[in-house]
Formats: sequence, C-alpha cells, structure tokens
Amino acid sequence: MRPMIKVIPYRRHDENGQPTSLYPAYGATVRRAPRKPLVVLPQSLSEITGPVYGHDDIAEADSDLTRQHAGEPLGERIIVRGRVLDDSGRPVPHTLLEIWQANAAGRYRHKQDDHGAPLDPNFSGSGRTLTDANGCYQFVTIKPGAYPWDNHENAWRPAHIHFSLFGRAFATRLITQMYFPGDPLLPYDPIFQSIPDEQARQRLISRFDLEITQPEWALGFRFDIVLRGREATPFEA
Amino acid sequence: MDQAPSPSQTAGPYFHLACTNPRSVRCVAGPNAKGERVRLICRVLDGDGVPVNDSMIEIWQANAEGKYHNPDDPQEKAVDPDCPGYGRLATDENGNCVFETIKPGRVPGNDGTLQAPHMNISVFGRGILKRLATRIYFAGDPATHEDPVLALVPKQRRDTLMAQPDPRQSGDWRFDIHLCGEHETVFFDV
Repeated sequence: MRPMIKVIPYRRHDENGQPTSLYPAYGATVRRAPRKPLVVLPQSLSEITGPVYGHDDIAEADSDLTRQHAGEPLGERIIVRGRVLDDSGRPVPHTLLEIWQANAAGRYRHKQDDHGAPLDPNFSGSGRTLTDANGCYQFVTIKPGAYPWDNHENAWRPAHIHFSLFGRAFATRLITQMYFPGDPLLPYDPIFQSIPDEQARQRLISRFDLEITQPEWALGFRFDIVLRGREATPFEA
Repeated sequence: MDQAPSPSQTAGPYFHLACTNPRSVRCVAGPNAKGERVRLICRVLDGDGVPVNDSMIEIWQANAEGKYHNPDDPQEKAVDPDCPGYGRLATDENGNCVFETIKPGRVPGNDGTLQAPHMNISVFGRGILKRLATRIYFAGDPATHEDPVLALVPKQRRDTLMAQPDPRQSGDWRFDIHLCGEHETVFFDV
C-alpha cells in the first residue's frame, strides 16, 4: 500500500505581477531566458517543504551593516523595517532574510565590480536576520548609491538593496530588490520595468516613514514583502 | 487572498556577498548520512552554450528514506540529522559547481503515486529575472518510468532532467542546465 499524502498547495497568481523571464531591454536575459513554456507542476511534498536554513549562526552585527567594521561607513544612515507576510496577510515568522547592496558611492565590495567609485573600508554591504514571531524584521545600513552598468548607453541602476527570502517551502523562495521612493532612475531601469503591472512595481518601492526615522540619527523606510501563501484548507474556508 | 506576492527581481552578479562566499553550502548530506554517496557536478550554460559564471544553484532534496528535513513533511519516517537536504553554490568561471550529497529516496507524489528519486533545483543569477525551477533525476533509475512529474514532460525533453553518471569516477553525476537554446532544460512552474 502506498501512502496517500494530502498536500495543501501554495497559490498561483496572476503572472502580470511578476517579470517575464525574457525582457530584451535587459540585455542579459536574451541568452539566459528559457523560451519554451514552463511545465506546470502539481505541488507535492517536494514543493511544499523547504530548507530550514540559517537559524543558528546570526550575530547582532549581521543586521546592522554600519557596525561590521572598526569605523562607521560613509553615507546616509537608514533603518529598513518591515514585515514578511503571506498573500493572506498572515505573518511569516522566523524566516531568514539576506541582503546585499552597494556602498554610498555605488560600488559593491566584489571583484567583478569595476565601477570607478571608491570602496569604503568600513562597509561590506551584506546582512542577514530572521523575522520575529510577527514576521517583523529590521536592518540598519546606509543608503546605497546609484551606479552605471553596461546594459545600454548611459545606463544607471537606481539605488536598491537585494533581498533573498526562503519562506516555508521550495515554492515560496524569492529573491527581489527594494527601491527608494522618488528615485528618478526608476522609469529608465529595465530590471524594475520588467514587471508588467504598475501596481506590482510600486510594491518594490519602500516608503519613507517618519515613525521609523530616529531623530538626529537615521532616516526610516518601510518595506513589506509578500510571499505566496497556501490555499485555504476546508476548515479555514 | 489579500495581496499578490512581491515581484521577483534578478539576483544580479553580486549575490556572492550575501548568499555564497562564505555562506556557500556544498555539503547537502554529510559524510555520515545514510544512503548512496553522490558527487553532483552541475554546469550552467547560456543559449550559445557559453558557461555562466555568475549564477547560483540551490538544491532541496529528501534523505535516503524519501523524507524531507522539514516539519511540513507529515510522513512517519525519521529525519536524518546528517542530511539537511539543502545546498547552494555559485558557479565558477567554467559554469560549474560541485555538491556533496546522497541519492534521495522516493517521495510520495499526489494521488497515491510515488516519485522517482529527484532533487529540486533553483537557478538564480544575472540575467535571470525570476527563479528558474527544475529537477534532477538519475539516468537509468527504473523508477523514472513511473514518475508522475516526468510523465507531464514531453518525452523528447525528459533527458534534459537526467543527471548522467560519470563513467570515469563511480559516484560522480553530471547535470548540465541549458538556460535556453537547442538543448533548453525543462523548467517548471511550481
């Protein structure tokens, strides 16, 4: 007798809320985007489970990117705070967030980044934290600078912070980017513009928040992240 | 349902800063894990067959008994503490990365089916706007003939999901991921 396992799948959503894999204005997609249709996979145990990863070795300085070196990094100190929720608005507790970003001058501490802006000896540009029981997280960092890239003539990436999240399952894995309100580069950025739906794009733009802002110390930005949620069980409906 | 999930964006070329060095996870199953040892050599290629040196591969797999190390797996089987089942590595200048693991057991599918041994794979990187999900099966495993997911894949494309044993080194398996082009790997909408 084979076991009957009843799986409650994670919801599928309108594809206009996600970028298309092929977006020729972002040149690197042309040789890297699949052309054949995806095979729709009915979720099984393989997709509704996922790694329980990164809970053991998080230090306090991991979520404060301004305290990872002897001195303080240059730039505009910011607090990024938000919640990780599922698509029903339920918090996603105790899940890992990893971030990486350029320094205030728009330079990554990475051997492949040859932008002619200075490195900052007091800034590594990576952080990690877990959400709490209510799905809340906070990072302290500096506002990243915009930087040029070779996608097209006079191409500049808007200021952004990369976010990586796991959620509970293989199905909920997400890597995305957080942008800043009022950034004049957003209309010209093919990575941001690859998301067809205007409202969906807006959800990647953090909001300035005076309540998070600390007097005499740091500006506050709010950035909530929504992961896929599971379909309601008959008991919840 | 109140709101749609946040849109995905590319991991870009600098994900190493947070996700791999020094946070790489090469060992998906430790040396004491139960099961047949597998050294999995993955390679990522673009549509021109050029190795992709700035992508990240993640693995999620069950242990040798077909049990996932996760509380949402309700099977009454023991987890193997030596088999967390998760790995992630950046591809090198030749598009390669090498995981140390074991061959997973068979995991139940839906409707009373049983899946063939497989690994769940995510690919991220520059030029990849949203996670590419695929699976690795083991060529020659008779269970692949009754796998409910492979049955959904057109016959002529199933080979793209098969890791091949390396005849020169027992326990070595090779898996090429073709992001596009003539040999495009099957990717799934999970």
